[in-house]
Amino acid sequence: MNTNPVLPMAQGSEVPASAAPPAATLGRQLLKALKSPPVMVAFIVFSIVIVLSVLAPVLGTVDPVAINPGKRFAGITEDHWLGTDAFGRDTYSRLLYGARVSLIVGLGAMIISIAIGLVIGVVSGYFRTADVIIMRVMDGIMAIPSILLAIALVSLTGGTLATVLVAITVPEIPRVVRLVRGVILSVRSEPYVEAAVSLGTRIHRLLMRHMVPNTVAPLIVQGSFIFASAILTEATLSFLGAGLPSEIPSWGNMMADGRMYFQLKPGLVLYPGIMLSLTLLSVNILGDVLRDVLDPKMARKG
Amino acid sequence: MKTASVATAVPTKPVLRVENLVVGLVERPGQTVVRDVSFEVHPGETLCVVGESGSGKSVTSFSVMGLLPPDSLRCTSGRILLEDEDITKATPERLRELRATRMAMIFQEPMTALNPVETVGKQIDEVLRIHCDFDKRERKRRVLDMLASVHLPDPERIYDSYPHQLSGGQRQRVVICMALILKPKLLIADEPTTALDVTTQKQILLLIRELQEKHNTAVLFITHDFGVVAEIADRVVVMNRGQVVEIGQCRQVLAEPKQPYTRMLVSSVPSLVPPKREPNCREIVLEVAGLHKTYVEKRFFGRSREVQAAVDISLTLRKGEILGIVGESGSGKSTVARCIVRLQDPTSGNILVHGTEIARAMGKELRPLRQHVQIVFQDPYRSLNPRVKVGESIIEGLINYGHDREKSLDKARSLMKLVGLDPSVLERYPHQFSGGQRQRICIARALALEPDILVADEAVSALDVSVQAQVLELLDEVRERTGVAVLFITHDLRVAAQVCDSIMVMQRGRIVEYGPAEYVLTVPQQAYTKALIDAAPGRFWDFKNFRPMQNADQLSMALETY
Repeated sequence: MNTNPVLPMAQGSEVPASAAPPAATLGRQLLKALKSPPVMVAFIVFSIVIVLSVLAPVLGTVDPVAINPGKRFAGITEDHWLGTDAFGRDTYSRLLYGARVSLIVGLGAMIISIAIGLVIGVVSGYFRTADVIIMRVMDGIMAIPSILLAIALVSLTGGTLATVLVAITVPEIPRVVRLVRGVILSVRSEPYVEAAVSLGTRIHRLLMRHMVPNTVAPLIVQGSFIFASAILTEATLSFLGAGLPSEIPSWGNMMADGRMYFQLKPGLVLYPGIMLSLTLLSVNILGDVLRDVLDPKMARKG
Repeated sequence: MKTASVATAVPTKPVLRVENLVVGLVERPGQTVVRDVSFEVHPGETLCVVGESGSGKSVTSFSVMGLLPPDSLRCTSGRILLEDEDITKATPERLRELRATRMAMIFQEPMTALNPVETVGKQIDEVLRIHCDFDKRERKRRVLDMLASVHLPDPERIYDSYPHQLSGGQRQRVVICMALILKPKLLIADEPTTALDVTTQKQILLLIRELQEKHNTAVLFITHDFGVVAEIADRVVVMNRGQVVEIGQCRQVLAEPKQPYTRMLVSSVPSLVPPKREPNCREIVLEVAGLHKTYVEKRFFGRSREVQAAVDISLTLRKGEILGIVGESGSGKSTVARCIVRLQDPTSGNILVHGTEIARAMGKELRPLRQHVQIVFQDPYRSLNPRVKVGESIIEGLINYGHDREKSLDKARSLMKLVGLDPSVLERYPHQFSGGQRQRICIARALALEPDILVADEAVSALDVSVQAQVLELLDEVRERTGVAVLFITHDLRVAAQVCDSIMVMQRGRIVEYGPAEYVLTVPQQAYTKALIDAAPGRFWDFKNFRPMQNADQLSMALETY
């Protein structure tokens, strides 16, 4: 039995010796999460989608927009691994290039909305007067259904990748703003932030060093959800004919094109549909894992 | 102080007997958090389990209730006998039955123990509804009786109130009412008064004692506070690092502790009697005059509500002086501190640091003035940025005011020595330090700018007594060496008595009494100050010298004269 008086702070040498930064445990947690089968499958599926889209030109594809009237509705042949569509375009190639479009849209919407949302959110969270105005504007944007806003934007400016990207990103921004603002508001009153204030720390340093790093974890989680929802919105828009034109292959407009021939050639709808569902499912599963690891509080509630 | 206990006078059968209890971690089978703990509690007896944080006292009480989190902790061996029934072997259904009828528990934070969306009456009624078969009217009568017996005013109104409409003390009374309504044989109280003000604490302790005598309940009382122990315990179990260090009659443990650890713990309890101090005639560094702070709660509809957090506060602080601001929660003591550090803008009044007005400076003007006043906060776990190395935290202020990085680091090293830490740990992150060490780092950080005034806002309240004693010693030493003036905000009169030269007592935003510590604490002029001193638990006991207070008579005589 240890009956000696314990003076835990008498010497500096009693400080625990491990110098592991918090990041190491995070990586370990992620690796641990990967061991569960659904997460592993999601991880593999998502990796395959990335590989397919990045390496599309060298994976036995042909020009995805080359029209070949002689070979309309071809079945599965040596030249066309998944057949051709109503214009004789190679479905397999379109599927792979479509994956590219989806990932670009997802990644683009995620990066842009987080970049813009972060700045606005920080301003809104820190400067109380700006907050009132900014949040009302954000409420305004949130009140418009995102698909309607996207359709309006695309029909005004025409369907290019850039406009579709903007149309998808704008409705996502208010959500990021709210998230960042919330984090900044709660961190403002943390004693270490107040201590920094009393140490004469200037605003930009206060924000960058003490406040903004707290938003990283929730933003990564939110980013994964934006990624998935952007892919879905792009497919929806393209399917409705308000997104990318048919010369840019995308899973959405492939399904739209194939819809009329569904009874004749169900594959034209099924292949992009399956790709879309698998991608979204895997992104969402991975997003949940990120949330569980980065934000345990939210995970318990969810 | 309670005299000879019922339990020892008449040998009775213990209500609770814990035998060689071992609690281990589920994930790491070899590791234990509680080892070989044995004690018993008799009817009508209060057994206090005392220990610092991490001593395993709460884990012990949770084991008795059968409330150990099943995925992390479990009893690996030993027995817990509640009237001869082994709790470690009971089924969850049986445990639930036992928890309501034979034993009950009250927790530290009454708000979390109550359901915020149901009325208090309904929640107490539920206990009766599930476990007894009285009809509705009978149940209500019993609930109202019980509410009256815990001395809640107007039981009918309380019955229909929601928890948020009650004060902290009232909520704790409701929780006690709920715990005792089925007349359990054993009441487990886990730090039930820690979150309460001293005056409320005293009332709750009296209430527990009164109900205990009425129903002959056995009470297992978990606490870290030797003052509370001296006040209510019949017998004491001292725990450290998961083991029982000492067990014995209350008076005997307090007067003749056998183990060095107990000795150290008991003597760390600061005395309520301030030591004699030389009057300080050095120069004035801080002068506050007529400080007001009013919070305006704006409402969208209807009138806005004003809260006067500080009213007409005036004080002076001399070089090397420690001024204690004492008060209960909501007394405005923190508001005053935050206005002086300018984390809040005072509504009106003057704050002069070395004759320079800082109350109204803003932005660029204020920045250079901030160097003179620094603050140390209560919670050592939240006052250091977890992502920044402690060395960087300490030199942050110096860098902000344009000092050279290398020189600043040198200074940080010497500051680490000053606060009793090894300078080589500057490269570490806050999570690698204990609470007391972090508080030392915070003090070093505050001292880096060589301020004239250090504001310590409940800076030792979150620390264990032994660590608290060390940090207080450090503050005193720092004051000696650097001549910094300290504004010491605390709710704990003992701590204030120990370090403060002068004391200001606040209540509801106003100064009640202000003067040299020895006068304020030994011959208080105001009723409120007297009430505060009177409520300080264990004030008749001189912990340092392991004996009852020598001048207790003198103290109470002084109190009665007024």
